Amino acid sequence: MSIWIEEDAKVLVQGITGKQGMFHAQKMVEYGTTLVGGVTPGKGGQDILGVPVFNSMIEAVSQTDADATVIYVPPPFAGEAIIEAANAFEQAKGKGVIVCITEGIPTLDMVKAAAYVANRPNIRLIGPNCPGIITPGESGGAKLGIMPGNIHAKGRIGIVSKSGTLTYEAVAQTMSIGEGQSTCVGIGGDPVNGTGFIDCLAAFEADPQTVAIVMIGEIGGNAEQEAAAWAKDNCTKPIVGFVAGATAPPGKRMGHAGAIISGGKGTAEEKFEAFEAAGIACARDPSELGEVLLKSLKSAGLR
Amino acid sequence: MNIHEYQGKALLESAGVPVLKGVHCMSVDAALAAYDELNSKVVAVKSQIHAGGRGKGTLYHPVTGAEVMQGGVKIAFSRTEVKTYAENILGNRLITIQTGQEGKIVSNLYIEAGCAIAHEYYLALLVDRDDKSVLIMASTEGGMDIEDVAHNTPELIHKINVDPNAGLLGFQKRDLGMALGLSGAALKSFFKALGSMYEMFVSNDCAMVEINPLVLNDEDEIVALDAKISFDENAEFRHKEWADLRDLSEEEDVEIRAKETGLSYVKLDGEIGCLVNGAGLAMATMDVIKLYGGSPANFLDVGGGADEEQVKTAFSIILEDPNVKGILVNIFGGIMRCDIIARGVIGATKSLGLTVPLVVRLAGTNVEEGKAILATSELDIHPANDLAEGAKKIVALIRGGE
Repeated sequence: MSIWIEEDAKVLVQGITGKQGMFHAQKMVEYGTTLVGGVTPGKGGQDILGVPVFNSMIEAVSQTDADATVIYVPPPFAGEAIIEAANAFEQAKGKGVIVCITEGIPTLDMVKAAAYVANRPNIRLIGPNCPGIITPGESGGAKLGIMPGNIHAKGRIGIVSKSGTLTYEAVAQTMSIGEGQSTCVGIGGDPVNGTGFIDCLAAFEADPQTVAIVMIGEIGGNAEQEAAAWAKDNCTKPIVGFVAGATAPPGKRMGHAGAIISGGKGTAEEKFEAFEAAGIACARDPSELGEVLLKSLKSAGLR
Repeated sequence: MNIHEYQGKALLESAGVPVLKGVHCMSVDAALAAYDELNSKVVAVKSQIHAGGRGKGTLYHPVTGAEVMQGGVKIAFSRTEVKTYAENILGNRLITIQTGQEGKIVSNLYIEAGCAIAHEYYLALLVDRDDKSVLIMASTEGGMDIEDVAHNTPELIHKINVDPNAGLLGFQKRDLGMALGLSGAALKSFFKALGSMYEMFVSNDCAMVEINPLVLNDEDEIVALDAKISFDENAEFRHKEWADLRDLSEEEDVEIRAKETGLSYVKLDGEIGCLVNGAGLAMATMDVIKLYGGSPANFLDVGGGADEEQVKTAFSIILEDPNVKGILVNIFGGIMRCDIIARGVIGATKSLGLTVPLVVRLAGTNVEEGKAILATSELDIHPANDLAEGAKKIVALIRGGE
């Protein structure tokens, strides 16, 4: 098992004819992802990477029975692309997973899109401004996003993170102690997003393949604090955590739109404290995540 | 992106929110002409900078550092006072609780007509990250520091969330007005002003609108006495008009240049320059430098697809900071290949004539090729296998150089 995306999930790419979309669709296929089609309005009818391109999501989902879609559409159109995907999955299939990689979507567009998805409980949105989600398989697997596939291996650690490259760092840390991953989810660094930490923790808790969780947060907002409080009451599996931005100055946006300490709130220290109060084993240096995880696995009798 | 109070008031006025009459000036003569034009017994002489706490700030001479005047917002009762205040403000350095010690040189003034105030309120619109909607916050405690109000008397802060599907509804505006104790004509005026403000928030892609104070005048009319407005930069593509509102003197020159080349850079006051791919990893790199006894000179994210040219630009931006005594490059290659980064690093160090120690940590795609390229160069580049090793190395190299 894995969470939300099975190894053989059927996947669409929105924006497949664009530079980013085509490049990453190719990488997804190379990894072993089951790509079943692409969508670019006005460019339907052709084949790319051996799969058909459709003019609309409703057409694509109806004809391919896709389980999920990955959005590489530019920011001005990405909010609507999410809504189109949610509508198509709801109409044609009753469920679906939408992964939005795009960075730079206007916040108020995301407010609309997130509300649209939230009204459809069987539709899940991951992102935006995220590396995506990957479920490594025995050979290949399902890679829905821009992460380097080759650093992953199938295993029993669930990873959830707000950041891209820091997720890769966490993956490398699990590998350094001989552990693979069940599923890795990048929830993204925007202030308004879809799936949050708590959704991921709940899914990993319920997933039999996952035995422990690595959670990577960063400054801004209080999603980490809420997740920690939730985990304290609901998670039985060991969790290892790190929060980026302990040295970030207040009031400055650190790359990600949501990574900002405002009014003294959302600091890394606050989040580390919440993690520790919830019994989450913290690494202050991401290069030590592997060691801390190993220790947690040992004390849980898993190694 | 922040804008000045006078620009914010113009936006509010065009949206139908009552504001006082005022004139934007950049010279003492213009301030006096504004005073004559406003024909108001009392005027406010307000420093225009992108930071709060102006009223309680202090003005200093930009060269000598001598204190010039207490207060960056002054109430003038005569033409002479307007002249004195304008002279004391323009061209001087205003330091407030939000500017940091370097303060800001004031080059813009706003001269505003007076107003008979019955009560001061607080009103703000912003995006609520938890509820994923627009949040409207109001309080009877206007003119105060809202963080203090939230901390000491949270019951005096009233909030409503706007359902993005339904929009801001009449009952919500009434409820909020009544929570502030308004009734009759005052409630009607609040109802109308809040509706206009919400429309303005959405149509201008605001990130925040804060009116502190929002006042009730002696004619039962709601008026915005201050305006702190910022825009969501992600929406810049559909707001060409923002180009005219942007005050580049309020932004760090080097941060603007970094942004133009697709880099995300924030200057800090430490001594170790950082060049990293990804925002989270860039923050983590700073944190680990600190953890091992160093201090980061900057945040710098080169993004997911940086090329040799961008790496070079990143190096030159880092080296502009005279405090930089060493550089740590930390790249986890995904889309970005380590061999390309290695070539970029070598090209940049050669062409810029790098003299400070350089530690390079590469991981991910094509890492072996990348490491080999660095190893065969004759340059003094110190490799590291992981982030901790990299941070320890650069800290040791800097200490050794002292």
